[in-house]
Amino acid sequence: MALDKPYKDIPGTVIFDAEQSRMGYWLNQFCMSLMKAENRARFLADERAYLDEWEMTEDQKQAVLDRDLNRCVQLGGNIYFLAKIGATEGKSFQQMAGSMTGMSEEDYRDMMVSGGRPIEGNRYTHEWEKK
Amino acid sequence: MARITASVYTSHVPAIGAAMDHGKDHEPYWQKLFDGYEFSRQWLKDNTPDVIFLVYNDHANAFSLSMIPTFAIGTAPHYPIADEGWGPRPVPAVEGDSVFASHIAQSVIQDDFDLTIVNEMAVDHGLTVPLSLMCGKTDAWPCRVIPFAVNVVQYPVPSGRRCYELGKAIRRAVERYDEPLNVQIWGTGGMSHQLQGPRAGLINREWDNAFLDRLIADPAGQADMPHIEYVREAGSEGIELVMWLIARGAMADANGGPAPHVAHRFYHVPASNTAVGHLILENPS
Repeated sequence: MALDKPYKDIPGTVIFDAEQSRMGYWLNQFCMSLMKAENRARFLADERAYLDEWEMTEDQKQAVLDRDLNRCVQLGGNIYFLAKIGATEGKSFQQMAGSMTGMSEEDYRDMMVSGGRPIEGNRYTHEWEKK
Repeated sequence: MARITASVYTSHVPAIGAAMDHGKDHEPYWQKLFDGYEFSRQWLKDNTPDVIFLVYNDHANAFSLSMIPTFAIGTAPHYPIADEGWGPRPVPAVEGDSVFASHIAQSVIQDDFDLTIVNEMAVDHGLTVPLSLMCGKTDAWPCRVIPFAVNVVQYPVPSGRRCYELGKAIRRAVERYDEPLNVQIWGTGGMSHQLQGPRAGLINREWDNAFLDRLIADPAGQADMPHIEYVREAGSEGIELVMWLIARGAMADANGGPAPHVAHRFYHVPASNTAVGHLILENPS
């Protein structure tokens, strides 16, 4: 019998469950390595060579090179781990979160200041399909 | 005997720590947030405990994917400040209470909660931002701190019910301790926020305030709320709020005593991506 995963119908959201975590193990562990200053420097000097030291899939490596955080999340990355990539480049959490929404940095910040993304219309995937 | 005198609840957004560390706390964006903690800083000065039992979560700093403990209690004498990738926060190291923490571990495990015991651990913004919010800038934290880390990063996280029952077990452990310590328990994280995906930036002011109402008046009912409601209504990272139920379960009324006094309540949007909620509940003496 399958596990109950009721969170699959939340739009624009990937829940980091055991399945995602297994898929993203090396991607996330690569991110953890960026907590050391010497590794941050090595990564920035030659990203491709640094990524090739890890047992990540080619898709995961490409998503990191593209800084496509949505793709990283789909491939098993978790935002608290992926944040280490942003930190390596001096990016804030807000810049990283905003980059996944398709909004400009300024528009995202303005949305937050005026109360954030509303819950109405953002609870279920079927609400997004109508748009 | 040791006693739990009060519980404190607060969000632990990293940008709040960064604002304080970089002297931005008087800028208009941040001033409105820090105004909500002015009462709390005076309150903590007037009600300084011997020990704070601080429930928080690690954000891929002390724990990576190599080990994912659901509940981890710090039994070390002190804890360094984590470098989360931006360099360690310029705040004092945290002094623990290894004797008391070991006592709590033994008692709580005997009460059927399988804690992971941690003797070496750096603490991240989840622990230091609540201290900064409540203490302001300081050269030394006002008391000893027992870090209690909960996995809310990899789903499934512990249920609200389990967190609430764990709080009760922590209260029993405290009351089994012979030394007359004044103990506060803090529950941190939340409120509504989502940091990932196209739905990032979600805030649900109405839901957050209903959570605060219910946490005060009907915590046992709140404990029965399933995970799916947190993540759907309060965002994928809003699930952190289950940690507040650990602190709430340690209060007198959850254990047959009188209801707490609401000393302070505050709510503000936004701090970076997040809604900030804050409560101080006192047990009647």
